[in-house]
Amino acid sequence: MRTVTPSDLAAALATDLDGAFPDLVRETSAGVFSGALRLVGNRHDAEEIAQEAFLRAYRALQGYPTDRIRDMNPAAWVWTIAANLCRNHHRTRSRRPVTADLTVDPTDRSPGPEAEAIDRTQEERLAAELQRLTWPMRAAVVLHHVVGLPYEEVAAALGRPVGTVKADAHRGLARLRSRIEEVRP
Amino acid sequence: MMSDRLTAELSELAVDAPHGLLPNVLVGTGIADGYVRRHSMLGDVLVAFGNKGVTALELAGDPGGFVTTYEDRYGRRAIAVDRMPPRIATHLDAAIAAGRPGRLPVDLDRLTPFQAAVLRTTAKIPRGEVRPYGWVAKEIGKPAAVRAVGTALATNPVPLIIPCHRVVRSDGTFGDYSLGDPENKRILLAAEGLDVSAFSNLAGRGVRFTGSDTTGIFCHPTCHRARRIGATHRVDFTSEQEARHAGYRPCLVCRPVAD
Repeated sequence: MRTVTPSDLAAALATDLDGAFPDLVRETSAGVFSGALRLVGNRHDAEEIAQEAFLRAYRALQGYPTDRIRDMNPAAWVWTIAANLCRNHHRTRSRRPVTADLTVDPTDRSPGPEAEAIDRTQEERLAAELQRLTWPMRAAVVLHHVVGLPYEEVAAALGRPVGTVKADAHRGLARLRSRIEEVRP
Repeated sequence: MMSDRLTAELSELAVDAPHGLLPNVLVGTGIADGYVRRHSMLGDVLVAFGNKGVTALELAGDPGGFVTTYEDRYGRRAIAVDRMPPRIATHLDAAIAAGRPGRLPVDLDRLTPFQAAVLRTTAKIPRGEVRPYGWVAKEIGKPAAVRAVGTALATNPVPLIIPCHRVVRSDGTFGDYSLGDPENKRILLAAEGLDVSAFSNLAGRGVRFTGSDTTGIFCHPTCHRARRIGATHRVDFTSEQEARHAGYRPCLVCRPVAD
């Protein structure tokens, strides 16, 4: 999917931030939005987070020396910001008591919990199961398997060792697999 | 790592970014300015804004032309967005409807200090009232610059919000208007409750000020105080001198004579 290599993009950002930043957003926005969507579970918050991540990225780049920008992998670096925002969102969410109406996605037009379980597409079911994973597992699974970041970039984005991230992703997958298999005919 | 059905399904959970994301980010960073479409008395308008507030308003007929003109004028790109900063979103529709900025931030820093001063003074003219070009010139301390005031208003980047339609010629004709047809000026003033033909007749007869013989105060004829004067107490003047000689003093609200 990447039409510009990370180092091209980094060089362009270093020489002309305002000129190249739109390219960074174009290259990475689908990934950042998809990842945020699958991490926080709803489009509205995901869009807010993606937007905020890019705004913070821009402000940070404004203050960085050009050498530092040239050496970075911009797309992976944006994810360090986005992952933090998702985790903060997750924390405030889990501290706040979840009321019944908050758990219902307003775009979900299915009639009730039982019918929902039957009617839901496989995709929706998988997305919902992701929400049930613990944060470390969910983050590792989403960044690696949905966004498609290599484990090294996932580790950098989450600020954790590569081995830990791999283990989390494997355990997350195993858990998803057992839950999905349960309901699969 | 085995590639199986589950990992394939996970990779299919990736979606496209919402259309608004890129423009909203570009505007939020200040790399570009944004514009939105709103309703007005004169039909739909496009309203552009940057980091410091609203920068332009134009009839929505030709968005391509709007973007080109914008870039020529400000050297910045304007892109269509689906959201505005809260401080603009909250006040924009009210400002367009009321014909004054109110609490809406309007960015006049990109204009010359002269034009900015003209527009700031114009913004204070109340709804349904009009002032001559010469009054604006006096209020900004440049009484001789009447023609320059006319030019500054003709190139008002934010008509409707800064009500340049409330500045008219002292002979009672309405002059040019920066938003579409000159007739629009009359339409707006009539909608604000000004009796357009009565005002034109009065000014056409040479009346510049209206006084009350009970208070001894003279006003612009459209000042809301002047409009309360009963027919029996109403005195018309063709000049400041005439009013002063008759022992009248200027109204403190509409400031018919700048100090």
